[in-house]
Amino acid sequence: MNDDQKDVDKVSGVETTGHEWDGIKELNNPMPRWWLWVFYITIIWSIGYWIVYPAWPVISGATKGSIGWTQYKKLADDQAEIIARQTIYMDKFSRASFQEIMHDNELYAFAMAGGQAAFKENCATCHGSGGAGNKGYPNLNDDDWLWGGTLEDIHFTIKHGIRSIDDDTRLSEMLAFGKDNLLKPEDINAVTDYVLTLSGKEQKPTYERGKTVFQENCASCHGLEGKGLREVGAPNLADAIWLYSGDRKTIYETVFYGRKSVMPAWKDRLDENTIRALTIYLHELGGGEPDKPPLQQEPVNADGTGQ
Amino acid sequence: MNTAPIIKPDYNDDIVKLFTLATVLWGIAGLAVGLLIALQMAFPALNIEPYLTFGRLRPLHTSAVIFAFGGNALFGTSYYVVQRTCGVRLWNDKLSLFTFFGYQFFILMAGLGYLFGITQGKEYAEPEWYADWWLTIVWVSYLLIFMMTLIKRKEPHIYVANWFYLSFIVTVAVLHLGNNIDIPICAVCAKSYPVFSGVQSAMIQWWYGHNAVGFFLTAGFLGMMYYFIPKQADRPVYSYRLSIVHFWSLIFIYIWAGPHHLHYTALPDWAQTLGMTFSIMLWMPSWGGMINGLMTLSGAWHKLREDPILRFMVIALAFYGMSTFEGPLLSIKSVNSLSHYTDWTIGHVHAGALGWNGFITFGALYYLVPRLWGRKQLYSLRLVNAHLWIATIGIVLYITAMWVSGIMQGLMWRSYDPMGFLQYSFIETVSAMHPFYIIRALGGVLYLSGALIMAYNFWRTIRGDVNLKEHAPQLQEAAI
Repeated sequence: MNDDQKDVDKVSGVETTGHEWDGIKELNNPMPRWWLWVFYITIIWSIGYWIVYPAWPVISGATKGSIGWTQYKKLADDQAEIIARQTIYMDKFSRASFQEIMHDNELYAFAMAGGQAAFKENCATCHGSGGAGNKGYPNLNDDDWLWGGTLEDIHFTIKHGIRSIDDDTRLSEMLAFGKDNLLKPEDINAVTDYVLTLSGKEQKPTYERGKTVFQENCASCHGLEGKGLREVGAPNLADAIWLYSGDRKTIYETVFYGRKSVMPAWKDRLDENTIRALTIYLHELGGGEPDKPPLQQEPVNADGTGQ
Repeated sequence: MNTAPIIKPDYNDDIVKLFTLATVLWGIAGLAVGLLIALQMAFPALNIEPYLTFGRLRPLHTSAVIFAFGGNALFGTSYYVVQRTCGVRLWNDKLSLFTFFGYQFFILMAGLGYLFGITQGKEYAEPEWYADWWLTIVWVSYLLIFMMTLIKRKEPHIYVANWFYLSFIVTVAVLHLGNNIDIPICAVCAKSYPVFSGVQSAMIQWWYGHNAVGFFLTAGFLGMMYYFIPKQADRPVYSYRLSIVHFWSLIFIYIWAGPHHLHYTALPDWAQTLGMTFSIMLWMPSWGGMINGLMTLSGAWHKLREDPILRFMVIALAFYGMSTFEGPLLSIKSVNSLSHYTDWTIGHVHAGALGWNGFITFGALYYLVPRLWGRKQLYSLRLVNAHLWIATIGIVLYITAMWVSGIMQGLMWRSYDPMGFLQYSFIETVSAMHPFYIIRALGGVLYLSGALIMAYNFWRTIRGDVNLKEHAPQLQEAAI
């Protein structure tokens, strides 16, 4: 095209730059003003931000900004706000006994809230988010307790664990009667069938043999009637609640291989107040038992649960 | 081209054809893997150990869609565009053929590596040193071809699309080399360790990672936009001045924004501030491309009524504008403290990837296929339209699901009750997100279906078929 004749786009009436590539031309429109202004504003805003906040590296580190902001201060501030919420109750809570907490609406609510938060983060992995348990992990909603369901019992279990590495751990072992050749296979079969009759299943021809085997080998922990013994965490075999499932195959496996599942000791991982809150939360989940001897006349969990 | 009797420079279109086919194939493969991993998030049982687990398939998906689908689209369109806007044949046929096969070999090496568990563990830079070195050779060849073609051009000026393509090729080379300074543990070992460690390594990784978005997925695809939108709309580019200012401001500012990926980490405060403020300043330079693209349609808006290909390009610009607004927003520290590590980021990335990169590529492919194979038209424009709407609904489902899920996740993580206890455990946030994972997968089904419709349309077009039902009235009119 001629240099002296301007090329104008017919549709828009705007001049082009006069260049053309494969049929593509460019209009000589100005930049939209609003675009340019917003661009300038973002630059000005950024300069302001650099003045206020740490921004540019210099020889001795970096500019610090006018308000002394650092992300560590920000973290401390945010944490302080949460800690302040807890502090209102924490002082009183840490000095109160279990019984005092159970009879103080505010402290009780605080324990339930803290216990629930700690439970979800630490316990739910094995016991389920609602505490309903899983195979090998007891249901914490019912009143069937392996090692006891008073506040003191639960507190001890959480602190020291079961078969954990803690010196004061709750300790016992279901022996591997088959694997370690303590019983003959036919005895294991017989005692398995006998165990099933304890919770109402029909008797097999080997009933008498099974009963004998049970009384000689199992009753010392599980009791003559199979109702369990809390001192050694031996489960009640005469009810419908099973730690590992109550089908014949699982019971056989239990007798043959034994069981020694572990609950860790939490006393070095959680602070005492968290463990106490957890204790109350678990006690109130559904099956908590009154302390013995009862310190109070009225039932301890009369406040109901529902947090 | 057998349909054009006018004398034209003898363009090398065979190489563009190869890259076009590879774009379609890798696109479908990458989207299919994306759908699978979306389903794995919703239904973990779909993880098949050890090769087909989420951990191995996730980089396979991201690499397949960004580097295989996007990369082949950039190679193909840049070779097509640089020839036509320079008025010369592509420099060195043999070397360009090498870039094709060399690049596909890189993709296979990287992808198979992931399945076998070989990775550097750096997002978007997962391939190990041997694949990195190979890619370097291929990429330098690409740069050489592009530069030499520009140097021997017949046009006096270099067209804006080529500025963007060149900045993409050069910067990706620099980023790739900078982020892959590694020492292999032995000459025949796949494993290597980076020279930088700790926060330096993280900073270099995100300087790379952010500019992979900036130069691979933004600058490169803006090059595509600057050629195919004016061609398809048959209108001049809206503003030459805007294109200059937004080009230089975009490439100058983008390179500083990487630290916003490391807010509230061991990275020093000052670096976080710079990353954030440069991201804010990047807003308008990014939007310059959208404005120039959309305003190019002034005087041609009516074409959107009958041209589904142009519709693809315009929707691409809309998603580009949306995600380049969302990016600076997410870089603000207080927003980032809510959004970071949540699905919001995933939604943001996919608004850009599915909406912008996907749609501008589909538009360019629909433009290219009939021209490359010498067909008068596509097999069916109705199928293009079907692709457009199915894919658009897919994107909307995807990103809205991820917005809701991501913001919910972020709020649940930080939620304390009045007594100062965390209200939700991590697993509760996961179960709350389950429905949104399913909606996201549904969006993926739709987007993949659209791509399959496109592949079918291309197959019929290349065979030389024309949908008679659709074109019958025109043919009758022509007969009269």
